Amino acid sequence: MANEQPLIHLDNIVKHFGSVVALNGVSLDIYPGEVMGLLGDNGAGKSTLIKVLSGVHQPTSGTMMMHGDEVHFDTPREAMNAGIATVHQDLGMIPLMSVTRNFFMGREPVKKYGPIKVFDHQYANQVTCEEMHRIGIDVRDPDQAVGTLSGGERQTVAIARAVHFGAKVLILDEPTSALGVAQTSMVLKYIDKVRKNGLAVILITHNVRHAYAVGDRFTVLNRGATLGTHTRDEISIDELQNLMAGGKELQDLNEQLQGTV
Amino acid sequence: MTSTPNTDERLLKASLLTRILRRPELGALAGLVVITIFFAIFASDKMFELSGIMNFLSPAAHLGILAIGAALLMIGGEFDLSVGSMVAFAGMIFAASITLMSLPLWLAVLFTLMFAGFIGWINGLIVHRTGLPSFIVTLAFLFILRGLALVGLKAATRVQVAQDKAAYANESLSFNDIMHAIFVQSGGATQQRGLAENIEPGFWNEMFSGDALEGLFHWLAEAGYTATFKSGLPKVTGIPVEIIWFAILSLIATLVLVKTPLGNWIFASGGDPEAARKSGVPVDRVKIGLFIFTACCAALVAILTVMDAGSTDAARGKQKEFEAIIAAVIGGCLLTGGYGSAIGAFFGAIIFGMVAIGLTYTQIDQDWYLVFLGVMLLIAVTFNKYVRRYATGEK
Repeated sequence: MANEQPLIHLDNIVKHFGSVVALNGVSLDIYPGEVMGLLGDNGAGKSTLIKVLSGVHQPTSGTMMMHGDEVHFDTPREAMNAGIATVHQDLGMIPLMSVTRNFFMGREPVKKYGPIKVFDHQYANQVTCEEMHRIGIDVRDPDQAVGTLSGGERQTVAIARAVHFGAKVLILDEPTSALGVAQTSMVLKYIDKVRKNGLAVILITHNVRHAYAVGDRFTVLNRGATLGTHTRDEISIDELQNLMAGGKELQDLNEQLQGTV
Repeated sequence: MTSTPNTDERLLKASLLTRILRRPELGALAGLVVITIFFAIFASDKMFELSGIMNFLSPAAHLGILAIGAALLMIGGEFDLSVGSMVAFAGMIFAASITLMSLPLWLAVLFTLMFAGFIGWINGLIVHRTGLPSFIVTLAFLFILRGLALVGLKAATRVQVAQDKAAYANESLSFNDIMHAIFVQSGGATQQRGLAENIEPGFWNEMFSGDALEGLFHWLAEAGYTATFKSGLPKVTGIPVEIIWFAILSLIATLVLVKTPLGNWIFASGGDPEAARKSGVPVDRVKIGLFIFTACCAALVAILTVMDAGSTDAARGKQKEFEAIIAAVIGGCLLTGGYGSAIGAFFGAIIFGMVAIGLTYTQIDQDWYLVFLGVMLLIAVTFNKYVRRYATGEK
């Protein structure tokens, strides 16, 4: 993997909000076909980093390269067009709308009748069904409201949507935080599938176990800086947990609570 | 692509009941059936004669045009409480552009629609820029536009009087005289009559007044299919134009909602503006566009009523904003946005017209209409709530 060209290369990214330093020189490489677990406690800078990656914020300094070329994203749209898709915690799905309408929201396929453009429902339904089928969700009916899907199903549909629209880099922001055990394993399985298709996945989480289940490499952020990137062979789940919590304190806590953290 | 037959099988699994219950306009259609049965039993037979049907469809159409605008806007997640006042205000603008400005009819119509659209744009812009609820912003415009209609009409009638006086004395009215009439004099009427003689007959006149399909109705009467007076002339000479406008607008609104990307954007903007924005939906443009559309619907009603009555009145359209919203709610629109239908609002408006006029065909006191309005609204919102839960699996 190391001799491959990284899909995304971040070099010394700094982001200030006024006098607050949110990112203090973050460097990262992300390769196609791998899941990079981005870990860190609240306020570590995870959200700021993904917002820089997805074009919501522009870095104060530092460079971002994609396929070896330097890139600047002024809007989320530009990042999206370059193939960086973000699936946010709140999914960006609208419960009252049908699966198909959600799937194609903002990117509706059209059939042209002279000057009139008509939403091609037949094609949209077909694609939605195929994609759902591929994920393994038994969508009874693509016209059913997204609200009727389970949390895990919604998450996978949101990911499938990003993949379908040509994402090369998939940023998943806490995809498992609100899910139960079975639902979580469904989402993690799907992330594994996406990786096998050659996408680069950035999995943001503060649940080390979820990250370790699918991650190839892990980067821990703390106070706006990386505490290093480790491959799966190099680091155990416990070490990762300690690193994320800033070491010492959590270990003490762990002892106090008899190893349940 | 190979899995198509497979997925088609799955499609059939959604039960027919689910598919029907999922339609937002179901409640309105059911309501319409119930009301029709009620009047079929209690009202005189005249109500469902052709002339009787036109009688209740005509006010239904006036309300319905407003309700279509209100429905689209509600689906887009916003309200417009100023549409009733807009009917009066746009009526004044229309009358003034015909009498004071002596514009040809087509230009007066265009000018009125643009003026109303401009105010709709301002409504939308304020909502968009301040992030205030549209409820409160348009409530302000409910009063502003009604006030302007009252003040403006009085001033316009004063100018008219001054013009007439000057014409009688063979003088021309100076700018100062006009300003004096507008700002210094008092009095004047909140109505302006006698517009009919200022409107030239022709294509544009036919578009906005009188009946349509007169030839067909004449033929139907001659052939003995419809009722005639003793003279042999048909009792119903055609379909009032407002009904045609209402039907066409309902059709277009429904097609846009269901069949176009814009329709998807409207649902998305109302359902969750943030999520929609993230997916690349131009939420602000959609919403502002809907405010403009709603205002133009109100202006169209203003034009149709002014043309029909030959007068304009600052009291027109009172409480219509509420009736339009109620019709939209009966039609299945949720107050929270993101769900509803235009065809539902179409049925909702017809229910209104049927009850308002239908009661005059019965022995029942007409003022029960208001009671009915409230009860209908309560039933509709309750019904919508449960249907939505069923359709979306919400707990």
